[in-house]
Amino acid sequence: MVITLLDARRARRIAEQVPDPELPMLTLADLGVLRDVSLTEDGTVVASLTPTYSGCPAMAEMRAGVAARLRDAGYTRVEIRTVLDPPWTSDWITPDGRRKLAEHGIAPPGAAPARPAGPVPLVLAPTRRSVPCPRCGSADTEETSRFAATSCKALWRCLACREPFEYVKEI
Amino acid sequence: MSDDHVYLTLAEGHDDDTRWAYGTGFEDPLHGVDTTVPDGVDAGELADLCVTLADDALVSAQRLAEWTTRAPELEEEVALANIGLDLLGQARLLYSRAGQVDGTGRTEDAYAYFRDADGFRNVRLAELPNGDFAFSVVRLLVFSSWRLAHFERLTAHRDPVLAAIAAKGVKELAYHRQYAAEWAVRLGDGTEESHRRMRKAQEQVAPYLGELFTAYDVRDEVVAVLRQVTEAAGLPMPVYRPLPGSGRSGEHTEHLAPLLAELQGVARAHPEATW
Ligand SMILES: [Zn+2]
Repeated sequence: MVITLLDARRARRIAEQVPDPELPMLTLADLGVLRDVSLTEDGTVVASLTPTYSGCPAMAEMRAGVAARLRDAGYTRVEIRTVLDPPWTSDWITPDGRRKLAEHGIAPPGAAPARPAGPVPLVLAPTRRSVPCPRCGSADTEETSRFAATSCKALWRCLACREPFEYVKEI
Repeated sequence: MSDDHVYLTLAEGHDDDTRWAYGTGFEDPLHGVDTTVPDGVDAGELADLCVTLADDALVSAQRLAEWTTRAPELEEEVALANIGLDLLGQARLLYSRAGQVDGTGRTEDAYAYFRDADGFRNVRLAELPNGDFAFSVVRLLVFSSWRLAHFERLTAHRDPVLAAIAAKGVKELAYHRQYAAEWAVRLGDGTEESHRRMRKAQEQVAPYLGELFTAYDVRDEVVAVLRQVTEAAGLPMPVYRPLPGSGRSGEHTEHLAPLLAELQGVARAHPEATW
């Protein structure tokens, strides 16, 4: 089987379009969990995925989704690999992904905290991040809970338009 | 082409090796990870370490899940369930790693569902009943501070899989510790009643602190964090009052067996079941 660069690009494009099971407005590429798609010499598509959180219950669905789309597109040999290192960071959500989140009323994450080597410092003083409301744009917002319906989100509310909204946490 | 494919694919392949807990054809959480044990790493020691870390996480996750429908507010319920879910995910990765390296090929289910209490190696702090919210906050503060410090060291472990699991866990545990620390300050520095309950909770965890610091050199770091929190909360430092025995050698309180009975009941009643 002759493997062309075009084949590899096509396989990548197909895998990239698989929606995330929990944030379906994002593709796996938007979320930054699709780490690599390549074609081996025997024509196997190797797609590498990384979990967002250790307990992410959607990993199996993501793997199944990528495999199914690639098979539908005619790739009979598909291998899905899990990549744990480096760990996923919200910084990998693409600019497109951030725009789509905001369009769906979910505030995109800011820059993930830098983690120098050594003990992780505990900061008790309130760290007033300003998270603009995805609906009205007001900066007058507050956190109601650091944990929400999925691991990757926190709950906030806007004091200007009074609407609650979700916010993808920096990690 | 539709999203239904995802679910169809999950339902396919219900062959004999599908396992009970994730019996819809879910694969093991280390699916497709390079599983080689590097030269110079003792596979038995590595497996033991993974199992102890996984047991701590699984038993804690079970206790945290018990807060569902019982927490003071919906937000706290969601938070505690999320923290439990992170720990459950860490346990799954660690059990899978242990089964790969110890030569038995055991699955995560074999570790979680088919060992008895004396086979578990978790610290006893993790298995204690939830008590009131103050007790759960104090326990979570101690547990997450200790586990975070330990995981941070493990990111340099010579086994790349364990190091990667730890690196992922560090980010999660930092959120858990933050949650517990903020509640500890809020309650310690809150009303007379909340302060009194926090003091009582500190007394209750005191006998189980010694066990945390026997094997790993993270004591100073954890003590520094606890000092930072107790000072901000207007609470005394917890007293160090060691209790004989160790969960690490399978000596548990009477609370672990009932916890496991609930956790393992369905899997043991229907060992071949898939759903
Ligand atoms: Zn608003």
